[in-house]
Amino acid sequence: MRVSGTERTLNYAILIGFSLIVLTPVLSILATAFGPADAAAARNGAFHPSNFATAWVEGRFGQYMGTSVMVALVVVSLAVVLSILSGYAFGTMSFRGEQALFYLFLLGIMVPSEAIIVPLFFDLRTFGLTDTLWAVALPQVAQSVAFGTYWMRAYFKSVSPSIMDAARVDGASKARILVSILVPMGRPAITTMVVLMFMWTWNEFLIPLVMSPSGAFRTAPLGLAFFQGQYTQGTALLAAAAVLVALPVVLLYFLMQRHFIKGMLEGAVKE
Amino acid sequence: MPASPKASDTTGGPGTRSARHGRTITPYLFIAPALAVYTAFMLYPLARSVHLSLFEWDGLSLATFVGVGNYTDILADERLRAAFGHAAAFIFFYALLPCGIGLVLAAVLTRAKVRALPLFRVLVFLPQVIAMVVVSVAWKQIYAPDGLLNSGLRSIGLEALTRSWLGDYAFALPAVGLVGSWVSTGLVTVLLLAGMAKIPTELFEAARLDGAGAIREFFAIIVPAVRAEVTVALTLTIVASLKTFDLIYMTTSGGPGSSTTVPSYEVYRRAFETGQVGSAAAIGVTLTVIIFLITLAVNRISERGA
Repeated sequence: MRVSGTERTLNYAILIGFSLIVLTPVLSILATAFGPADAAAARNGAFHPSNFATAWVEGRFGQYMGTSVMVALVVVSLAVVLSILSGYAFGTMSFRGEQALFYLFLLGIMVPSEAIIVPLFFDLRTFGLTDTLWAVALPQVAQSVAFGTYWMRAYFKSVSPSIMDAARVDGASKARILVSILVPMGRPAITTMVVLMFMWTWNEFLIPLVMSPSGAFRTAPLGLAFFQGQYTQGTALLAAAAVLVALPVVLLYFLMQRHFIKGMLEGAVKE
Repeated sequence: MPASPKASDTTGGPGTRSARHGRTITPYLFIAPALAVYTAFMLYPLARSVHLSLFEWDGLSLATFVGVGNYTDILADERLRAAFGHAAAFIFFYALLPCGIGLVLAAVLTRAKVRALPLFRVLVFLPQVIAMVVVSVAWKQIYAPDGLLNSGLRSIGLEALTRSWLGDYAFALPAVGLVGSWVSTGLVTVLLLAGMAKIPTELFEAARLDGAGAIREFFAIIVPAVRAEVTVALTLTIVASLKTFDLIYMTTSGGPGSSTTVPSYEVYRRAFETGQVGSAAAIGVTLTVIIFLITLAVNRISERGA
């Protein structure tokens, strides 16, 4: 299709204009993060990378990031293993109640945290489990498993049955076929799932907020929320802290952007 | 959902049929661990929410059974009515506005063969991966009395328009809503670009030969072709809009007054700050039902139109 010169100029203008709208908040928080934290610092020039170190220490982000890493490790590894197992059953076997069970899992993709958080808190408090890793991680494992089962089922359904049949003729068990053939073959699908689950877990806010009332088990986004409460004035340190909290997922995004966008799209279009 | 459990059977070899027909418990063993966690931390709490919503309870003392009282309160309580009204406004900001912008933007970019498209896609999707807490901090700075927005207005001589955006009764809701638009528009655009990339070029050329202009082309070719993508985009963004919690918690706490409160924030406030646990559960359940109904409706409408 031929496009006139004016039209092309207009297209680039739209592209640039829209990119600027996306970038303005991102650049402005970066600029603030590197800016002077107070009047005294302002006298020493305009560039202050030391804000990150100060925010890290004063906001205790070392501790919160550690918690976040732990939660993400538990949620992602558990959810991935459980999703592969259940997705395998839904994708390659047929059994009584299959459809009903699958719809039950599908339901979990739509249920918002708001609908389960209230009884979860009061019931887990009764068992003395609030302020623990499990209270923060397990509800997120449940949410991720709902998505993961759905996602892995689609992958297993796409595998040619002849591959499995060949392995079966060679005497491989169902578990053996899964571990030695299907999982290695499914690396792209599994990687996308891992990346999405990591992003959701790292960015989750409501569950860690409610499940750790004492703040003893605080993840990085929560740390940022409370840091905001303390620093009503010092925007530079707050901005630096915000950049630190966003960084792990943003770095992963730029490294894996193909998977990330594809993952979001595939998950979306199949939904 | 095209769930066809029997599909795999027909392709299996003759010797595998009985194994696949599930006399064995094998499939259940594979599902059991996932189902256990899912039941304990999703289905059971959901059922408990429904149960709790029938009681008046402060989280400490004995609960009183009130039947559907908490649900009728949603209609009667002005603050709650407002919260659901704001949720409707958020659907506009998170879903409808981005879909409108995304359609036009993606259409323009599809018609033109611009080189920077992959880079652009990566860029506009970026807000989707940044934690909402961080997005909130960034936008709060922009909306601050001495923030970027007000300095911008001052620099072009519109001093009269400057205000404390998030503290203003009339402007706080649209201000917060536009943050949602900022987050959603990239996702919607990327989705629609993917959909439009699948339209065969000959269709555009044929339309050109018939003398169709850009606008005719947009409504006659592009919009019908991406119906499925629009459905998905609307579903995802509407659900996201109804789940908005961190943005409100971080920027306005529902204020000033109750001018920006939303159902999800009321769930949190009532259950953990004001001791109205039953009411909180009822709001959570109502929110879930609304999400279901809207998802269903959006998908039905798009199917009927197709």
